Amino acid sequence: MEITLNHYLVLATILFGIGLYGVMRRKNLLMLFFATEILLNSVNIGFAAISHYYGDLTGQMFAFFVIAIAASEVAVGLGLLIVWYKRHNNIDLDEMSLMRG
Amino acid sequence: MFEAVSFYLFAFLVIVSFWIAVTTSQALYALTALAAGMILISGFYFTLGADFLGAIQIIVYSGAVLALYAFGMMFFDTTREIKEKNPNGLIVGTLAVLATLLTIAIVAAPIVSQNIVAFYPSVESVGNTQQIGLVLFTKYLVPFEVAAVMLLVAMIAGIVLAGKKMDVSLTKMAEDEIEEHKAQELN
Repeated sequence: MEITLNHYLVLATILFGIGLYGVMRRKNLLMLFFATEILLNSVNIGFAAISHYYGDLTGQMFAFFVIAIAASEVAVGLGLLIVWYKRHNNIDLDEMSLMRG
Repeated sequence: MFEAVSFYLFAFLVIVSFWIAVTTSQALYALTALAAGMILISGFYFTLGADFLGAIQIIVYSGAVLALYAFGMMFFDTTREIKEKNPNGLIVGTLAVLATLLTIAIVAAPIVSQNIVAFYPSVESVGNTQQIGLVLFTKYLVPFEVAAVMLLVAMIAGIVLAGKKMDVSLTKMAEDEIEEHKAQELN
């Protein structure tokens, strides 16, 4: 049984779907961040698989940059979340959707 | 044969742990399942011959990112049950599947039509890490530097945002001092 590129792409699709389901479902912002990490990781699997099957290193390079972006996203996002939590004492998405000027 | 076994085993484990991470109502379970999934994903990278990427996945994701999340969880009251309002799980699930298929179709259509030529073909004689060094520090040097600046900006932003009022330490104060401090903040 040969594992082809399509196997990996289907797996990346499934993981992307799981992440998207989490993004749409979650109301807690911390859990929403977890779901976005799943999205980024599923894309990385696709990049690494294409890089392997086409013998090209560009896919792996992009995976590195995605990881760097994910790391900075976590730092800034958690900082903002801490500021919000100190001010409002919750991190609920529904509370944030109210625009009180 | 072994490649197939490892692929299906890792795929099953990753899907299960990520499914737990998006569906559980306990923040700690979600964090643990996410950490397990991240480490298992590095198994794919090692199978695909991307050794350096697998090591980076374990160090950066499972080490740094999830440690940061665990650190952030200490700030929030995560012991209480997380409220999830689900008016219709079916609609959300259908939307997720449809949007995923659309995105993958758009991105993967040029790949499937098989007219892609390798820009930087991998060299067989040297290892994966050496190849990455060769490509990263020649062809991708500018994006690499930009990523470094971006990480610096993110670090400063994190310090500025989270480090407000860090000069007062509540743990070193006595009980009455804390009360006094809170009363001062309220005024």
